[in-house]
Amino acid sequence: MLTRFTVNGAAHEVDVEPRRTLADALRDDCGLTGTHLACEHGVCGACTVLVDGEAVRSCLMLAVQCDGAEIRTVEGLAGPDGALHPLQRAFAEEHALQCGFCTPGFLMLIVGAQEQDPTVFEDPARLTELLTSNLCRCTGYAAIRRAVATFVPPTSG
Amino acid sequence: MKPAPFDYVAPRTAEEAVGLLAAAGGDAQVLAGGQSLMLELNFRTRRPSVLVDINRVAGFSLLDVADETVRVGPLVRHRRFESPVVDGPLGLLLARVARHIAHPPIRARGTMLGSLAYAHPAAEWPAVAVTLDAELDLLGLDGLRTVSAGDFFTGPFTTLRPPTELLVEARLPLLPPDAQVAIVEHRRTKASFAEVAVVAVVTVHDGLVSTARLGLINAADRPLRAYAAERFLIGRPVAGFTFADAGQVAALEDAEPIGRPHASVEYQRQAVAVLVQRALEEAAC
Repeated sequence: MLTRFTVNGAAHEVDVEPRRTLADALRDDCGLTGTHLACEHGVCGACTVLVDGEAVRSCLMLAVQCDGAEIRTVEGLAGPDGALHPLQRAFAEEHALQCGFCTPGFLMLIVGAQEQDPTVFEDPARLTELLTSNLCRCTGYAAIRRAVATFVPPTSG
Repeated sequence: MKPAPFDYVAPRTAEEAVGLLAAAGGDAQVLAGGQSLMLELNFRTRRPSVLVDINRVAGFSLLDVADETVRVGPLVRHRRFESPVVDGPLGLLLARVARHIAHPPIRARGTMLGSLAYAHPAAEWPAVAVTLDAELDLLGLDGLRTVSAGDFFTGPFTTLRPPTELLVEARLPLLPPDAQVAIVEHRRTKASFAEVAVVAVVTVHDGLVSTARLGLINAADRPLRAYAAERFLIGRPVAGFTFADAGQVAALEDAEPIGRPHASVEYQRQAVAVLVQRALEEAAC
């Protein structure tokens, strides 16, 4: 099925089987392999991307469902000159990643939350709940929390 | 793991959707939020020939309050309930329940009606619907029929809905303004399904329980009302010993545990007793 969506502002037209997940379409059809795929059943969150502004599991959506959608992935966070997004800088400075496999998912989860409802960062219980959405098996969550605490969001949308 | 092949259709109206379900002769699956269905497709534990995606049906995101009920359409996501959708105890209960469902990205996609139709034994919304005596509307080629939530759930992942019908609306009656509500769950980890959970709605007058609704999650092969414990509570004083005794009644007379690898029948009864007591204490204080 011919499916059109934008990824990080760029128009994409992919011809996919209905059974192809959004995650596979991003990686294999769009060549954007920054979105990682691990459990494929919604548990780990490595494949989290923003669909129309909302952080979702791209393994639990079909590409054909996203016809007309605006998708953002980890590739879209850094500026055109390669300057890291402030959250990426915070992750680096606070050692919030070791192997880095889960990092794209965490970044999109946190950016999505920041854009939808930044008050979640002010409430420790809600922040814990948010970070519980994704699995990290190396650095643990304390460093990720520190990165979120030092993250200064970009001022303009 | 990748899904087995299927055809995909995205109808624009409820009638079109029902026509497609009928045409598939029972071999179609309805895709709403997809947060349970997609993983079953990925695991190939479900292999429908057709996937009917209802996400583009106009009007299915309906959520409103009319005639003392909250009407919920098929595309209302769990997240909508995180902030009270209506003033009073019902909005509060739904908000408390929503926060127990999976985690934020799943709640952004998953739907209440999808959860009802899926009928997972550990799911929260089915027990809420049973506890509140919700009405459910099923649309098929023969028209619309209404069933009560208490009749709808017939076993694990099994309901009165044949695959040719679409669950198009749930109606949750408002609770009395003085009702007090709680949900408590017992889980092995934050990310686990509830081993057992209890929904409580009580009203209290002059220190005595005047009405009580108790819903049990994962205490049987389907969501249950703890009718015996409810009857026990009426007219008794709001006190720890009342709630402890009500927990025993629920565990011994209402619960019908089926036993699971991590939870024997005796263990589940004990968990029901403790959680009923906790839910009542949380609601009544």
